[in-house]
Amino acid sequence: MNLLAIVFVAILANNIVFNQFLGICPYLGVSKRLETSLGMGIAVTFVMAMAAIVTWVVYNYVLWPLHLEYLRTIAFILIIAGLVQLVETILKKTNPTLFRALGIFLPLITTNCTILGVAILNIQAEHNIIETVVYSISVAVGFTLALVIMAGIRERLDLANVSSYLRGAAVSLVTAGILSLAFMGFSGMMTL
Amino acid sequence: MNVVYALMVLGGLGLLFGGLLSYAAQRFAVEEDERVEVVADLLPNANCGSCGYPGCINFAEKVVAGEAPVDSCIPGGKAVSDRICEVLGLESVASDVKKIAQVFCLGTKDAAADLFEYQGIKDCKAAMMFGDGFKACKYGCLGLGTCVEVCPFDALSMGENGLPVVDPERCGGCGLCAKACPRGVIRIVDAAPRGKVVLCNSQDRGRATRNACEVGCIGCKACVRACPQEAVTVENFLAYIDRTKCNDCGECLDVCKRDVIKDFKDYIKTN
Repeated sequence: MNLLAIVFVAILANNIVFNQFLGICPYLGVSKRLETSLGMGIAVTFVMAMAAIVTWVVYNYVLWPLHLEYLRTIAFILIIAGLVQLVETILKKTNPTLFRALGIFLPLITTNCTILGVAILNIQAEHNIIETVVYSISVAVGFTLALVIMAGIRERLDLANVSSYLRGAAVSLVTAGILSLAFMGFSGMMTL
Repeated sequence: MNVVYALMVLGGLGLLFGGLLSYAAQRFAVEEDERVEVVADLLPNANCGSCGYPGCINFAEKVVAGEAPVDSCIPGGKAVSDRICEVLGLESVASDVKKIAQVFCLGTKDAAADLFEYQGIKDCKAAMMFGDGFKACKYGCLGLGTCVEVCPFDALSMGENGLPVVDPERCGGCGLCAKACPRGVIRIVDAAPRGKVVLCNSQDRGRATRNACEVGCIGCKACVRACPQEAVTVENFLAYIDRTKCNDCGECLDVCKRDVIKDFKDYIKTN
């Protein structure tokens, strides 16, 4: 399979937020400011790439040979939680500024369904290790893109004269819907 | 047999990550001065930046390291600084002067005329960019609430008359609102409840002020002549009362034709 096709589909045509509706919680929760949304995006990219590699290795070299596929979900959750904790510990020592900037987002990623989702999607699509890495990073970039676009719009919405009935969560959801519609345009162009 | 494998795999994974985490916890252990946490808890945690550091946690680190003066936290005032001294075992150094933000304008929607109707972004700085603001008075409060937005203590709110209201209980005197106000209507003053204040910011000549606003200081100097303490000065057609000299006799209040001189006590109370 063409790696470029994977990148295109993961970022635009089948965007994890706009088309698969995974990771909606951080999409709405962390998109108030451009800075924090970018920080969240980078943290997710980092964790997603690592988690995808480790889960792929564990699945293909441990679970599959032993016919323990049904343990997939619980094993992946364990791996993701452990990895995030590890990253947090190391980051605290090596880069306290980044650690403080990521703050609550890092532990929140533990329960982020996009990470688990991508790990499982990689297995379902029977990606090899290179495709896994490319797909995971592309999905994370698509997630970051969604977050940054949303944050940019919401920063402007704060200054706009929005009707008091729509202000806050309501207008954010309307915006999210329109954005999602716009991204639907890509989905006809290419599928995996 | 399958069950044994399942147990072994999950148990093994758990053991592996447990071992890895405990190794990392030791290898990458961060030595934290516990006093930093304690000091950070004492601070208001509004991250207003008036101490000169980007956030309360940075200030706490510097204080514990002895690099920042203990009394730099303006919103926390003497109470916080004294408790920090207790934690660090230092002598109390802070003076007992509390500061508060004060709005130097009485030009409500009714009192101060508008030049034109403004329908742009609800932000004073944006309004200032459009024809220098929509009010006839070029010095008065625009009332769009930029100061309310920036206040980290939620001490400011927009009153119904179009002027911001300061909550003296909450205001820490950090001065973010004074910096944010494009017209400099807000100043940081001594919060002690004494003396009189001239609640106007207009440096226009008498006639211009009179045309623009019903409650603007025209610089007539009646208060200067009336004050027995010589606490009042007029500069740029705007009276200023030195509250350290003022003895609250109220002579200026009686002679002011424009009704812009108020009791600071009342200002604190009514606000």
